[in-house]
Amino acid sequence: MKPEPDEHSDRELRVKRITNGTVIDHITAGQALNVLRILGIMDRPDEVVSVVMNVSDQKKDIVKIEGRELKPEEVDKIALISPDATINIIRDYEVVEKHKVILPSQIEGVVRCINPNCITNTDEPVKPRFVICRGERVELHCVYCGRVIADRIADFLI
Amino acid sequence: MQHVITIQDFSRDEIDRILDRASELEPVAHTGSSDALSGRILATLFYEPSTRTRLSFDVAMKRLGGDVIDLGAIETSSAVKGENLADTISVISGYADAIVLRHPKEGAARMASEFSSVPVINAGDGAGQHPTQTLLDLYTIRKEGKLNKAKIALVGDLKYSRTVHSLAHALSLYDAEIYLVSPDQLKMPDLMKAGLIKSGTEIVETAEIDDVIDVVDVLYLTRIQKERFPDLSEYQSVVGSYKITKETLKDVKDNLIIMHPLPRMNEIDPEVDASRHAMYFRQSFYGVPVRMAILSMVIG
Repeated sequence: MKPEPDEHSDRELRVKRITNGTVIDHITAGQALNVLRILGIMDRPDEVVSVVMNVSDQKKDIVKIEGRELKPEEVDKIALISPDATINIIRDYEVVEKHKVILPSQIEGVVRCINPNCITNTDEPVKPRFVICRGERVELHCVYCGRVIADRIADFLI
Repeated sequence: MQHVITIQDFSRDEIDRILDRASELEPVAHTGSSDALSGRILATLFYEPSTRTRLSFDVAMKRLGGDVIDLGAIETSSAVKGENLADTISVISGYADAIVLRHPKEGAARMASEFSSVPVINAGDGAGQHPTQTLLDLYTIRKEGKLNKAKIALVGDLKYSRTVHSLAHALSLYDAEIYLVSPDQLKMPDLMKAGLIKSGTEIVETAEIDDVIDVVDVLYLTRIQKERFPDLSEYQSVVGSYKITKETLKDVKDNLIIMHPLPRMNEIDPEVDASRHAMYFRQSFYGVPVRMAILSMVIG
């Protein structure tokens, strides 16, 4: 039985290992709950989820979701707020897949537009959609009104 | 199906083709008629007031032999019963061959294009985009002055004016030298300036119109909008600063053209109207051939 990454010793083991499921590691410290929001996991009361925040000297957060393997397209959008996060798929206590999140080129229904006069902030049947530009910093360009969100993206999570 | 939502959706070649087509259609726009769009129907939906844009689309369609249906006053439409824009567009696109939409919410035209089975033409969405105004501005500059490498001063409200934002972007495609003249409170947003600089456009910022009036080929004035100022005295301190009179024009270039998207308040003294530099009423007329070109492109 192999240990999960980043849980190499009992000293670091604050939450028990999971048998099967997904471990999201290296989440930017303090962003674990926002990660759950983006993934819609808080809306699913049937799932067992462990959250560890501000772990060790690295100051990172970890989320463990038992019994569910998240697909990259489900998870990549967390790169918006946690660009260094890694996804570990666990089967029978072993890491069978590991990858870094990749910022998608577009996101829909995750962040609301900063512009109060944008059509997406009305009762119209349209989800906010953004093109993601990655230069020196991450910028979200509203597909509808063109407004740009560049700072405090987590503040605009739906 | 081609929608007309923002000027950024068009390349320089595409813009040139529209302007060329407008030039061909200009004689028809004056007094003529054509059957190019005979039997076709344009729907106009204006959720905000409009005079020039609404009427020039109406005239453009009729000069091309087509017909126009109009939503009329919002108070008499199903919007008052609470119908959303998406449903209205789904319904109207079954009645017409193209839709012209003006709406107070930014992004409304983009959303409408996703619900429409016919082309949508954005006639202004809040403080967002007004691409057909930009095209007629470019047409005016090309016809009455020079478009390529023009020296142009954008004057007044450079912060909120959708006309200025779209025009500045389009001018960057033509290697323009842009002079931004505004009071501090109404300067062009940094993000927009950064975009212009990135595209290689030379920009100069000043608060004084006297710094630029003698060097530019085009003076593009905008209305300073009173409602943008939290303090009336602050508005009054800037509102008169860019008034163009015969006196202010005494040392300008011979071929200077003065443009304004209209309506004007007091930015241009009526005595300037008779000057050879005054181009704003002709600019307004050019909305007809340019919109004829757009309609023939998206419907024809």
